[in-house]
Amino acid sequence: MIPEPFTITRRQKETVDTFTIELERESGPFAFQPGQFNMLYAFGVGEVPISISGRPFATDRLVHTIRDVGTVTTALGKLKTGDQVGVRGPFGSSWPTDLAEGKDVIVAAGGIGLAPIRPAIEQVLAHREKYGRFIILYGARTPESILYGRDLGKWSARLDTDVLVTVDRASRSWRGHVGVITDLLRNAPVAPENAVVFVCGPEIMMHYVVLNLRGRGFSGEQIFVSLERNMQCAEGRCGRCQLGPAFVCKDGPVFRFTDIEPYFGVREF
Amino acid sequence: MKKTISDLLAQEVFFRNMTKDQLDFIAGCATNVHYRDGEFIGLRGKLTTHFYLIRKGRVAFEVEAANRTVIIQTVAESDVIGWSWLQPPYTWRYDVRALDDVSAIAFDAKCVREKCEADPVFGFEMYKRFTRIVIERLEATREQLTDMYA
Repeated sequence: MIPEPFTITRRQKETVDTFTIELERESGPFAFQPGQFNMLYAFGVGEVPISISGRPFATDRLVHTIRDVGTVTTALGKLKTGDQVGVRGPFGSSWPTDLAEGKDVIVAAGGIGLAPIRPAIEQVLAHREKYGRFIILYGARTPESILYGRDLGKWSARLDTDVLVTVDRASRSWRGHVGVITDLLRNAPVAPENAVVFVCGPEIMMHYVVLNLRGRGFSGEQIFVSLERNMQCAEGRCGRCQLGPAFVCKDGPVFRFTDIEPYFGVREF
Repeated sequence: MKKTISDLLAQEVFFRNMTKDQLDFIAGCATNVHYRDGEFIGLRGKLTTHFYLIRKGRVAFEVEAANRTVIIQTVAESDVIGWSWLQPPYTWRYDVRALDDVSAIAFDAKCVREKCEADPVFGFEMYKRFTRIVIERLEATREQLTDMYA
């Protein structure tokens, strides 16, 4: 698949090291499933896999939230409105929002992990009547590093959705919760009966959340996680992102926990 | 009928499965207290005369670091705060401040310690329950040390 040029129509700084770009495709709408990713190509620099973080029903623009952590993401961060980005995709599996219908849905996200799961949150909210209880748990390092603060506020204002946010440390101006995300699980009205959980964030955070959920009676079948690996082809050919028998680019990035449990958090995997 | 402190304690997770005698025993050391938003419940270095079961509101553990106040943890309803009363020198390690108007049950630390000494079965029950809290907070601290959102 050859990268297709998209034009940056909007650029927004989210946190000190994170920004969002909105892209427009000349050839028309861009459809995707919540949880899928694209390979973004900074021309002349390189390509990186970045999750799609916009609303799945707003196909007229493609939204990516990117953390500036390497050569390619730094180059993407320097682009301005009107500049072009190469896009290949969408790739990979998606959050099973259809499977979650009729059930309670719990989202646990940490740090920039809110970006890949925001499309699934928007999908559930757009069809709220199809789901049971909806609980969003989000953890960040500090109040300043909270991603999508406006969205969290908007979701929190809904009477049909519980939103709990925590940070690891804060100054006195912060009126919210301080503590780890597993603390939120302790206090949230979560129960394993007829529920599914979508977990997204750094692997160490997902490890602790899954551990905590298992302790609360959730089975691995009920838990879905989104994994990140270095990727190159994004089509399951090069083997760069292999995780045991699976390719994260093709079989993932969203996995049912039981499918990757033997390799999850294991050294060398 | 008005509820006694013993009745209130029986509904709390921390005291679950304690016998009626044990609940009455510890209720003898307890009083209802209220703190206004922003009021300090404990101050670092000061004697821990009580520990608390929060019934309403939120509480922050704070520390002064580099001329600024850092909140390191918040707790809320049904959480128990204060374990400095368990071991000498019985002083608070952090400042503890009400984040809302807080209602709590305060337990006289000296009274509870004496009861623990006098009744080892009761004392063991109390230490088991506080050990669980200490382990939970130790695990949370270790999770924080991993900088898990990086």
